[in-house]
Amino acid sequence: MVPLSWYMLLSLAVFTIGVFGFLTRRNIILMFMSIELMLNAVNINLIAISHYMQDLRGQILALFIIAVAAAEAAIGLAIVIALFRNKATAHVDEVQELKG
Amino acid sequence: MILELFFAYFAFAIIVLSIVVITRRNPVHSVLWMLLLFFHIASVYLFLNAEFMAAVQLIVYAGGIMVLFLFVVLLVHIKEEIKISKFIGAWSAGFTFAAALFVVVALSLRSFVVAPPGKYTIELIQQETHTKALGKLLYTEFLFPFEIAALILTVAIVGALVLAKRRLKS
Repeated sequence: MVPLSWYMLLSLAVFTIGVFGFLTRRNIILMFMSIELMLNAVNINLIAISHYMQDLRGQILALFIIAVAAAEAAIGLAIVIALFRNKATAHVDEVQELKG
Repeated sequence: MILELFFAYFAFAIIVLSIVVITRRNPVHSVLWMLLLFFHIASVYLFLNAEFMAAVQLIVYAGGIMVLFLFVVLLVHIKEEIKISKFIGAWSAGFTFAAALFVVVALSLRSFVVAPPGKYTIELIQQETHTKALGKLLYTEFLFPFEIAALILTVAIVGALVLAKRRLKS
């Protein structure tokens, strides 16, 4: 039997990699993929705890997270397309109209 | 022993694949590596006796979201993007922040205590099948959140159409 803390450490490692990618990548698509990475880390954690607690509520929560991730991906990628149409770049450094 | 070996393989593969995903220069390669990563995560769900979640992970993430990403990556042309450096100049600040987050949460994990077990033991789920048990809970206790999730998806589809639509010149 694999202890629960291993799963939590795995989830934590994936989440941290996602945080690093979100903070440091220049390409906006890669930033969205880092967000997906973080959401997946949370899902691993929720399902592992739900299995070890013998309670299905964690898996229901993971199901809702997947639904919200799908919505977030659709909206985010629509924003990327709108951005690319206006600025012809997927590069977050060049989007600085709101900078005073 | 064999369980630990399998878990070690999947954990190692997931961590390596996540690092590979965020360090590729070409976003198309990142998307394809991420597809492989999602297959590994679905296998971890199978380990945890959550076969419905594994199927949803493959159908929604690998089949839906990643294909959407691939479409957008191919729509946004990346000829110049792949010539400049991948990370921002201050990447060490991001690394420090991520490493500090890892250390703090990993230290706090030691004081984590699992709550007393609920009623969904493995025998009960085996007897009732996982999908049925999950569906019963979803359509009774979590009916209202389920409707809200449907509303969120509708709003997301309409919003994505409005954002990505080409404005008509009048």
